[in-house]
Amino acid sequence: MNCIVCVASVPDTASVIKLKADGTGIDESGIKWIVSPYDEYALEAALQLTEAKGGEVTVVTYGPAGAEPALRDCLARGAHKAVHVLGGEKTLGDSFTIARVLAAAIKGRAHDLVLCGVKGVGTDCSQVGQMLAELLGLPHVAIVTALEVGEGSLAATREVEGGKEKVECPLPALLTCQKGLNEPRYAALKGIMAAKKKPVDKLEVSSLGIQEGADLFYAVARFELPPAKSAGTIIQGENDPAGAAAQLVKLLREEAKAI
Amino acid sequence: MAGILVFVEQRDGEIRKASLQAVSEAKRHGGAGGEVTAVLVGAGIGAAAAGLGAWGAARVFVADNPALGLYSAEGYTEAVAAAAAKAQPSAIFVAGTAMGRDLAPRVAARLGVGAIADVVKLALDGDAFTARRPIYSGKAFAEATTAGKRPQVISLRPNVFAAEESGGSAAVESLDGLGLAIRAVVKELVKAAGGELDVAEADIIVSGGRGIKGPENFALIKSLADALGGAVGASRAVVDAGWIAHSHQVGQTGKVVSPSLYVACGISGAIQHLAGMSSSKIIVAINKDPDAPIFKIADYGIVGDLFEVIPPMVAAIKAL
Ligand SMILES: Cc1cc2nc3c(=O)[nH]c(=O)nc-3n(C[C@@H](O)[C@H](O)[C@H](O)COP(=O)(O)OP(=O)(O)OC[C@H]3O[C@@H](n4cnc5c(N)ncnc54)[C@H](O)[C@@H]3O)c2cc1C
Ligand SMILES: Cc1cc2nc3c(=O)[nH]c(=O)nc-3n(C[C@H](O)[C@H](O)[C@H](O)COP(=O)(O)OP(=O)(O)OC[C@H]3O[C@@H](n4cnc5c(N)ncnc54)[C@H](O)[C@@H]3O)c2cc1C
Repeated sequence: MNCIVCVASVPDTASVIKLKADGTGIDESGIKWIVSPYDEYALEAALQLTEAKGGEVTVVTYGPAGAEPALRDCLARGAHKAVHVLGGEKTLGDSFTIARVLAAAIKGRAHDLVLCGVKGVGTDCSQVGQMLAELLGLPHVAIVTALEVGEGSLAATREVEGGKEKVECPLPALLTCQKGLNEPRYAALKGIMAAKKKPVDKLEVSSLGIQEGADLFYAVARFELPPAKSAGTIIQGENDPAGAAAQLVKLLREEAKAI
Repeated sequence: MAGILVFVEQRDGEIRKASLQAVSEAKRHGGAGGEVTAVLVGAGIGAAAAGLGAWGAARVFVADNPALGLYSAEGYTEAVAAAAAKAQPSAIFVAGTAMGRDLAPRVAARLGVGAIADVVKLALDGDAFTARRPIYSGKAFAEATTAGKRPQVISLRPNVFAAEESGGSAAVESLDGLGLAIRAVVKELVKAAGGELDVAEADIIVSGGRGIKGPENFALIKSLADALGGAVGASRAVVDAGWIAHSHQVGQTGKVVSPSLYVACGISGAIQHLAGMSSSKIIVAINKDPDAPIFKIADYGIVGDLFEVIPPMVAAIKAL
């Protein structure tokens, strides 16, 4: 059972987002980089599968040199190998270009299962996995919260509005992993030491036949911060909760017209 | 290439509200200088097709096939790609439901183009859209384009665009001869107990956080949600504590919602929670701490004990 896990290195979700003065992008100073939280579920699923069935976990990222700590983190948790496609500065949120790069990097490497997160937090597109599946000619199951892998096939549960879909699918396949699938492990000291010796295959995008920035599929004309909100109507309700409740319901009805 | 093709989602033959919103938005933009065409996919669903005319579709392709009864990314991609080959649209709209968010990127990759996800505003310049989408879970917005590529595949966040009838009728054509090769097969759709309304679809959401003290008190949250006809949401703290299922979680690592009314009860308003609900139209906070960050983005709020505030609120709503 060989698994390939796609991990994005993203700004810590607690980061305060500031814009560059000219609005052309996000001010990255002071941002801490982490493995995108959903990709941790993908990695954990792959580790559990290979522990049970043998085979290797290869983590792949497409990102600048600064993405290497994320890869090392995955190796420290138990991934066997890593592939680092260097670049990505011009393709932030360009899901299709990212998928093309990942597809080129993955083709030719043995995979029974390709695992992604449901979304890269930050750019929040939730697209790369499905696009990658199409480009690799694989079936996919997205938003997976439960998984059983058998001989040559898998059964997965995916989250949809108001319920769950039970899906069966032959291998090889691609999954996008959601919270609930498992409890990701942390790296232990021993793993961190071992990770230093594990191989990271570094590739230039151009070696995959893709000219970064030459053929974009997504471009941001402008970034903006949300408009500042004016102060709301706050009712002091400690002494007369029932009165406050009645006043709130009246405001929601008559002023906000929300109920 | 001209016009807008809209993928229309149905469940049990009933068209989803979010899809009517997408058809209406396509119509409001005059079909980007062409026709608004819809594509409806499923099994035994033909009867719903003609009605789409009233919402602005001039033409409806129907892919009615027993193999398409339950959603399949591969099967539905085939159907939408076939409709796109016929309609040659300059844009493809998809409602950003769980199904739409799954389908749109696969369709885009099939057509060899990119896609713009989770759009909250569209501006038409000539026949090309610039799409506003929240990033960093709403901490910022990007005005995005497809860098000149066509068709522009765009998923629209549900409940943001209005559904409006424009009157009119649609020509219905069946989409036959699809080369269906479905590998990932949905065997079963398990509906949540009691037909519970999902936060992602709800127009009103009442959420509970750690301030509700224990799982049993979700009954209180539910009583307010029921009085308002809304769904029950939750903060991550209470999901992690096992008080309620993750499908209720609102926030950066839960669902991103934009209902017309969001009521946060006993939720402090951590940045990751705000990320999931700050685009709600009206935000109400009930919290006993006057300095709780949730009050900074609340349109209305009560500083007080939720156990004392919610019961009279329910009574007042019922008395309306
Ligand atoms: C300066 C800089 C800032 C960045 N900031 C962000 C950020 O805020 N958020 C973010 O997600 N990424 C960030 N990245 C990495 C960026 O290239 C992402 O890959 C891209 O923004 C994710 O796009 P998306 O939203 O379409 O991914 P999604 O479609 O949401 O991603 C879904 C899944 O696809 C896989 N995936 C996505 N991108 C990659 C990748 N580059 N390598 C391997 N697997 C991937 C992951 O499994 C992910 O869970 C940054 C990169 C740079 C150079
Ligand atoms: C990577 C990451 C992702 C995250 N994603 C999410 C996410 O998706 N969604 C999310 O919600 N969080 C998320 N979090 C967690 C987030 O940071 C907060 O910890 C969480 O939102 C806190 O939940 P809470 O407001 O219910 O609890 P608390 O912060 O403990 O707040 C409880 C509130 O209840 C009030 N209260 C107490 N008693 C009463 C009473 N009797 N009446 C009225 N008010 C009362 C208190 O004043 C307080 O404000 C994430 C964190 C990380 C690190």
